[in-house]
Amino acid sequence: MAAEAHAPTASEYIVHHLQHLQNIKQKAVIDMSVVNYDSVIVGLLVGGLGLFFFWLAARKATSGVPGRWQAAVEIMIEMVDTQAKATIHNAQSRKLIAPLALTVFVWIFLMNAMDLLPVDLLPVIWAQIWGAAGNDPHHAYLRIVPTADLSTTMGLSVSVLVLCLIYSVKIKGLGGWMHELVTAPFGTSKNPIFALILGVINLFMQIIEYVAKTVSHGMRLFGNMYAGELVFMLIAVMGGAAAMSLSGVLLPVGHIIAGTIWAIFHILIITLQAFIFMMLTLIYLGQAHESH
Amino acid sequence: MENILGLVALGCGLIVGLGAIGASIGIGLMGGKFLEASARQPELMNELQTKMFVLAGLIDAAFLIGVAIALLFAFANPFVLA
Repeated sequence: MAAEAHAPTASEYIVHHLQHLQNIKQKAVIDMSVVNYDSVIVGLLVGGLGLFFFWLAARKATSGVPGRWQAAVEIMIEMVDTQAKATIHNAQSRKLIAPLALTVFVWIFLMNAMDLLPVDLLPVIWAQIWGAAGNDPHHAYLRIVPTADLSTTMGLSVSVLVLCLIYSVKIKGLGGWMHELVTAPFGTSKNPIFALILGVINLFMQIIEYVAKTVSHGMRLFGNMYAGELVFMLIAVMGGAAAMSLSGVLLPVGHIIAGTIWAIFHILIITLQAFIFMMLTLIYLGQAHESH
Repeated sequence: MENILGLVALGCGLIVGLGAIGASIGIGLMGGKFLEASARQPELMNELQTKMFVLAGLIDAAFLIGVAIALLFAFANPFVLA
């Protein structure tokens, strides 16, 4: 009976798995001093991995018959390039933005793909290491999906916002951009009083637009990955529940079936979300190039 | 306490259920229109398909964010822990 007292309940299991490996415990909703080490390290690792494999393709690139990996990379680059050409009509900015879009797509795809690893694989290994280092293994927290962390996704979307602002200024000039801020979307008036009122309303609308764009950009990716991670955990709990009851002998079968279905569906989701993030990055940057 | 738990459970059900209704209607409408459009102009199919997938992701997103929040309430409930 004593062993059972230590087995985590479903709720404790999930709360444990939702805890980041971080420097200090987060107290407020927005706390800039918190660093989620797991997201940073896993994000950098998979990013480095992506760079390495693309470098391999570039190093062995041949104009003759391409190998399989080179062909795959070429398909990916062509796909991103087509989308970039369709949304951004400035060849000069495309030199930066098209590679950026490819980076965003591959990096987010790889970070999302960490979701497809078994939920407990890396946390259990980490608990062993943490325990071997002389700490309490029950406090070994690790979340391996960097994009299921709001800090990562909002960091990406805020970077896109900064790029949008830079390109707005670069393309339209500071004066042109400021003029746009107070005249779009409602236009202006010849009467100075109405022009002032409309200017305030327009500026307000523009600020709302920028904030909504950025927040929804980050929240969309986060929400999808977070929900996916939670469903994987629930499936894991279902399989684990079999160990605690006699009547649940069939639960591991359900675990395998549900896990397979959800993982297959998730392959679609992670690719789609990486693609959508890339497309929206392109669309927002394309909007920065348009003058009203 | 039990009262709060019950209400939160109801809330989670409503979030997931209503969200699913909205997302399903949205995907259904869009899929139907896509099929109609590609029956009329089959040469546009590939171009429309990309856009359809992007929009499917956008429609799905609000629902999935809702599911994430509902599941969070169901397991790591901030209203009950206090």
